[in-house]
Amino acid sequence: MHELKFDPGMCGRCTTIDCIMKCQYLHYDLKTALSEHERLVDGEQSTILTDCVTCYACEEYCPYHNHPFYLIVDRQEELGVHPVPKPLEKSQVVMMGPRGKIRPKTLSPPVINMCFFTVMNACIRGRLFEGASLIGGSDIFCNLMFLHFARNSTIRQRLPQMIENIMKNYLEPSGVGELVCYHDECYGTYTSWAPAYGIEVPFRPVHLFDFIYRRLLELKADIKPLGVTVAYQRPCSNRLCPHTDHFVDDIFSLIGARRPKREFEYEHALCCGGVPEAQQRFELTEELQAKNVEDMKAAGAQYCVFNCPFCFWTLAERVFKAGLVPIMMSDLCLMALGE
Amino acid sequence: MDQIHERLTEIVGAAYVSDAAEEKFIYSRDQGVQEPHAPDYVVLPGSAEEVSAVVGLANREKIPVVPMGGGLVLSGLTIPQKGGIVLDMKRMNRIIEVNEKSHYAVVEAGTSQGMLDAYLKKHHSALKHSLPDAPPVATIAGNIAIHGSGHLSQSEGGFHSEMVTGLEVVLPTGELVRLGSCSTVPGWFSRAPLPDLVGLFLGWNGTTGVITKVGIKLYPRPPYHDVLVFMTEDIDAAPDILCRIINTGMAEDINYALAPKPDYLNGFQMTVINITAHSEEELGMKKKIIRESLRHYFETKEAGFMPVPPNLKANFLEVPQKALSKFADVRKGGGFEYVGAIMPLEKIPQACRAGMEITGRIGITYSLGARIIGRGHSAMFFFAYPFNRADASEVGKVARALEETNETALKLGGIPWKTEISGQQLILRQMDPQTRELMEKIRGVLDPNRIMNPGNWEVA
Ligand SMILES: Cc1cc2nc3c(=O)[nH]c(=O)nc-3n(C[C@H](O)[C@H](O)[C@H](O)COP(=O)(O)OP(=O)(O)OC[C@H]3O[C@@H](n4cnc5c(N)ncnc54)[C@H](O)[C@@H]3O)c2cc1C
Ligand code: SF4
Ligand code: SF4
Repeated sequence: MHELKFDPGMCGRCTTIDCIMKCQYLHYDLKTALSEHERLVDGEQSTILTDCVTCYACEEYCPYHNHPFYLIVDRQEELGVHPVPKPLEKSQVVMMGPRGKIRPKTLSPPVINMCFFTVMNACIRGRLFEGASLIGGSDIFCNLMFLHFARNSTIRQRLPQMIENIMKNYLEPSGVGELVCYHDECYGTYTSWAPAYGIEVPFRPVHLFDFIYRRLLELKADIKPLGVTVAYQRPCSNRLCPHTDHFVDDIFSLIGARRPKREFEYEHALCCGGVPEAQQRFELTEELQAKNVEDMKAAGAQYCVFNCPFCFWTLAERVFKAGLVPIMMSDLCLMALGE
Repeated sequence: MDQIHERLTEIVGAAYVSDAAEEKFIYSRDQGVQEPHAPDYVVLPGSAEEVSAVVGLANREKIPVVPMGGGLVLSGLTIPQKGGIVLDMKRMNRIIEVNEKSHYAVVEAGTSQGMLDAYLKKHHSALKHSLPDAPPVATIAGNIAIHGSGHLSQSEGGFHSEMVTGLEVVLPTGELVRLGSCSTVPGWFSRAPLPDLVGLFLGWNGTTGVITKVGIKLYPRPPYHDVLVFMTEDIDAAPDILCRIINTGMAEDINYALAPKPDYLNGFQMTVINITAHSEEELGMKKKIIRESLRHYFETKEAGFMPVPPNLKANFLEVPQKALSKFADVRKGGGFEYVGAIMPLEKIPQACRAGMEITGRIGITYSLGARIIGRGHSAMFFFAYPFNRADASEVGKVARALEETNETALKLGGIPWKTEISGQQLILRQMDPQTRELMEKIRGVLDPNRIMNPGNWEVA
């Protein structure tokens, strides 16, 4: 059921092993990368499985879109590698599980999927989101976070039901074909993970930045350029949809924000530290967060903009203590609209 | 108006004595499962002299006297079993002295935990006292009278009764006495080096006299706080895990808990480790040392530290823990009682299993857990049972569970704390006869007419 579309032959022919060689957390020479990756493909134990930070980045690094990260997660699960302690993993599986409370509702577009983060509903306000309908919660949760827990099986098991819930309860009764994904994680699920596992997505997912950008174009006359320098904390799930990254620049140019040159940006973006902390790699967490925030400061950033609530919760305090203002992308745009 | 009422009115003033049916109703019960008993009078004294006069009168007239603070003990210890006077101490709430250099405060007995905490925060912000997780209206005296414990009990010297530097007490015969250094010199700084008489009033549930003033130790209030939450699913690992954390010497407060709800925590145990520090660096260093002490567990992935999002962290950092008061009302209907058993750390796994077995069999919900006391010399293990007071069958079930839990705690080698009268009887039956006799002799000397909180600690 829902097997990963992965081509071992492609890896066999690959000479650069970009997936591993570009990884910012595994420091292998090409020879080791080759052999460890081969073990991975062959279904054998590999240090990749135990040392992977689950940053999702190799999905972006593989030039052939061969899904190296999804393979890692499958192998971790097959070989019983638990990146996160078992009690935390098991508890999350229950916590994020569907509650079966969803009921059909007619909604007016745009329909914004808040993922599990309904606590962030207050971010969806003002002219930017005028008329939007919000949906969210455990019954429509993409469950992609289980990539961090070596539990592709949980996603495989739950996602089809979630998609059906969205369709039957919200989109079909409303005659809506488009779903704006508040979180990169949902967008990545529908545009990358689901196709990789042969799961059909019957609606058109729209990235939040894409939506915001189009709205800002409509409201262009009302924008007061912010004139501030803003560092962007790219979330792991954006690695599944790198083609959306340009929207950050597009939005910034509309709202008059400057994206400073940074060492840890774009392909080299650093993890917020939340997942390594869950993996109990506390020194690494500290190192990543320090490097990341130092880099933002050194680049002259005044704000740090987030799209992922989890990154925000993990890093906001540290960012603030470093003298930068932590802010969600939607709020930054609202600021530019004087709201 | 009867004569006693008249005399009481003369002592405390008409506004502060009542025999009205509605007052008697309220003072006849608490939040637990114990049978209500109405007092004949409710009296709110305003000074030690008034307490002395009221108790003197009661002694002459052989009227029972039940001292009461916040009335939050839950196990019926302020229910007047034989009627008489409930002496509600809440008017006596002055903070008399705070000695910053010698780290103590002197307060009147009815001073609430919340008042002292707020006062210290405002006027002596570098100092704090150890707060129980009881609602903040609980009083300092009521808490020490039952050997309470709180958020500094693990790091700063044990039960709150151990933090007492001196007492002023009205004896059951009406005399006002001072105990500790304040008996000899002006300062309330220490119980040593004098013969220690303070213990005659600690843990006695108000059966040996009425505390009117308390000298209580204060501790530094470091400005930096954080919390680590360690999650396990092996109950048997608890003593080792707790011991490792304690031995680092880095944790202020350590609480261990398990509950069937919410469902995502069912089957897991959480050890909540509160840390305070004077700087970010110190905080970071302490966290590092504590984490290191548990490396063995998280490296095997059998247990681990939970990342705590800011909203949850704010809850964990709260003192007192509001979550506990919320849990107390989880069944709605305002009923809550728990067996707090003081026991050795190594008994925690057995206590957890016993609590789950008893509640499972009887069919009630629970929260189980332990607060570490005095760097691991013991733990206050709680078997907490919320219930709906309007549901008689649920009340009955909880009463049964409490009784069985008391027995189990004793069997396990623990001692039920602030326990109901029936629990006290269980303890007394198991106690060394010579000890029991000594208790009885002491009470005979202090309270010849047996007016103080009758029913409690009574050797049959
Ligand atoms: C949600 C919740 C959480 C709790 N958490 C804790 C906790 O963390 N730690 C803890 O220790 N307790 C806890 N408790 C139990 C209890 O509420 C506290 O111990 C509280 O401090 C008792 O104080 P009180 O003023 O309410 O005492 P009361 O209930 O008024 O009295 C307790 C006993 O002391 C006697 N007494 C009261 N005042 C005097 C006096 N002036 N002189 C002589 N005897 C007196 C009474 O006769 C009675 O026997 C909790 C209770 C609840 C409801
Ligand atoms: S996953 Fe991609 S980058 Fe990695 S070895 Fe295979 S083809 Fe090469
Ligand atoms: S997910 Fe990240 S850490 Fe893991 S191998 Fe891929 S790039 Fe490296």
